[in-house]
Amino acid sequence: MPGEQVSSRPGRHAATDLDGLRVDIPNWSSPSGPEPSTRERRSGGGPSALRLIWIYPDLLSTYGDRGNLLMLTRRATLRGLRVESVGINSDQAVPRHGDVYLLGGGEDLPQILAAKRLRTDGGLAAAAANGAVIFAVCAGYQLVGEVFGGAQGEPVDGLGLLDIRSGRGDTRGVGEVVADVDPALGVDRLTGFENHQGVTSRGPGTKPLASVLRGVGNGDGTEGAYSGRILGTYLHGPALVRNPSLADLLLTWAAGSLPPLAPDYETWTNRLRSERLAAASA
Amino acid sequence: MGKLPIRARVATTIGGAAGRMSRLTGRGDGSVIGGVVGLRFAPDLLRQLAVGRQIVLVTGTNGKTTTTRLVTAAIGSLGQEVATNAYGANMESGLVSALSGASEAPYAVLEVDERHLPAMIKATSPRAIVLLNLSRDQMDRAAEIWLIARRWREAFAASPQCRVVANADDPLIAWAAGSAGDVTWVAAGQRWHEDSWCCPDCGSHLRRDELGWRCGECSLSRPSARWVLDGENVIDAAGTVRELGLALPGRANRSNAVMALAVASLFGADVDQALPELRKVVSVAGRYTSVQRRGRTVRLLLAKNPAGWLEAFDVVGATGLIEGPASAGTPPVLLAVNAQGPDGRDTSWLWDVDYRVLAGRPVLVTGERKVDLAVRLEADEIPFDLVDDIDAAIDAVRPGHLDVIANYTAFQQIRAIVGRSV
Repeated sequence: MPGEQVSSRPGRHAATDLDGLRVDIPNWSSPSGPEPSTRERRSGGGPSALRLIWIYPDLLSTYGDRGNLLMLTRRATLRGLRVESVGINSDQAVPRHGDVYLLGGGEDLPQILAAKRLRTDGGLAAAAANGAVIFAVCAGYQLVGEVFGGAQGEPVDGLGLLDIRSGRGDTRGVGEVVADVDPALGVDRLTGFENHQGVTSRGPGTKPLASVLRGVGNGDGTEGAYSGRILGTYLHGPALVRNPSLADLLLTWAAGSLPPLAPDYETWTNRLRSERLAAASA
Repeated sequence: MGKLPIRARVATTIGGAAGRMSRLTGRGDGSVIGGVVGLRFAPDLLRQLAVGRQIVLVTGTNGKTTTTRLVTAAIGSLGQEVATNAYGANMESGLVSALSGASEAPYAVLEVDERHLPAMIKATSPRAIVLLNLSRDQMDRAAEIWLIARRWREAFAASPQCRVVANADDPLIAWAAGSAGDVTWVAAGQRWHEDSWCCPDCGSHLRRDELGWRCGECSLSRPSARWVLDGENVIDAAGTVRELGLALPGRANRSNAVMALAVASLFGADVDQALPELRKVVSVAGRYTSVQRRGRTVRLLLAKNPAGWLEAFDVVGATGLIEGPASAGTPPVLLAVNAQGPDGRDTSWLWDVDYRVLAGRPVLVTGERKVDLAVRLEADEIPFDLVDDIDAAIDAVRPGHLDVIANYTAFQQIRAIVGRSV
């Protein structure tokens, strides 16, 4: 597996094509038989595909969030995994049996709409209960929590999948962020760009993703939060492009342990990381 | 225009001198500093300078400077002087400079930053406003585009005497213009859909088909248009079809030209007189310029945001369909990306651009954020070479044509090296 060239990218162009995001979801969202656990399906590099689902790109994709989907797809495919990635619009049912769900950033009203629809739909909550990985950025991060701030700062119910509470802060956090990730996760130093006015506090069951060396993050010296297989962050960049080891953590949660990528595939991402970290400490 | 009050006249004299100093000392083209100085002296200066003139404001995310130039040319066909801020200085000071620099001009065509439109409507009492498009721009600078549209909507409702010329194919524009008393709808097209999947009125998913866009839930839908861009042609309100025949390349410029003809006709300009003037425009504030440099013909294109990149790819003919032997003949393209304040300091937007259309042609990458671009291109499996600057790019390519697509400050840097032209 290491160093193996993967020349074909099944499903990539069709699924992540900018027009193809409007594709109907395949039947696997309603399986006919008992559903094996996510981990079972993935083990041994079996024939079933890793299913990446981008939630409501029509509402939550303001900040290059497609990049997180593309980078996860790329890093999985380079390891020889078959990947099916699809965008689910806000007028479609959220499949319950995906492996990794992505939520991106967005403006105030779309965020509120997304939260309402996801609550009514129930698919994301069911997926979480099924052990799916959920990666949520900025507006997405806030809305998977218990409550977040609306357009006038009023409290709006989130999905309650992560024990965090968010509200409107006094100042806007804008700029490069550097943060050291919880050692338990084995993820390299975080680098990214934040642009938000939210502050987020964690409940007892939720750990911070990282401690901030530079930037604002949650507002209390930490950035992001995770619990089980749900992980959120304020970081753009996009986050998984700037932090390939974070992308690999999510893939490992979904697909089991992964071989490292051949060094050739890491040249540019490593160079970007070094440059960004150096720029942030300048 | 009449006689300006004394304070205003002094202000324009001081401002004009500041502008001239700026140009003489090579600091800039003087179009902002003159206005800044003038306004310090007489804060109401813009309103005073606007009195008695017929004013057109032009705004939107992409195409403001080009459309301002085109509208100026079209209205110029009426034979009278037209004041304009030709170099893109689109905030209050730039408007002041433009008006005070052409004190006798009965017409003024002014590019306005989309965030400042409501204030500029109050200050200038325009006869007409051109609304081009709204899409995501620099993330860490721009206000949310829905909020911009909403403020426009409120401003139009408060200015019923204003005639709005609006792109019917852009849902956010159509919603914003919906509150105006007098709207001329133009089917100018929309290629970038990613910021308008959500109904601006009710938030439901917008549907799109051959007939246009419409909300799945509420009644908001594409208005029918009096002016239409149809391929290479413009169809006017009378149904007459004319080939545009522009010198400016690309679909977006054809769209801008139709908007220009529509607004000029509100002032009595005849399409058959205005169109030849539009055809004379070959470059705008350095964009689309081709310069000769060391045996290469270098064409400069500005792309500030994902929608702009889509249009730039259209201009350079990047379709991703070139394969095999044909690719050897295609001109190379240099992509230049910075992330200074005016560019937007976050480069996440690179991932909203589909670079697969560059497949088959040689790609070079430069700019302060060339490594971000490298990671982006690698993910789209587009081979590329990094170069330090425009001259290194020229060294790396054969004599012949080189297309350059650059974002804001990268564009200015390259333009400064290869020479400012028109």
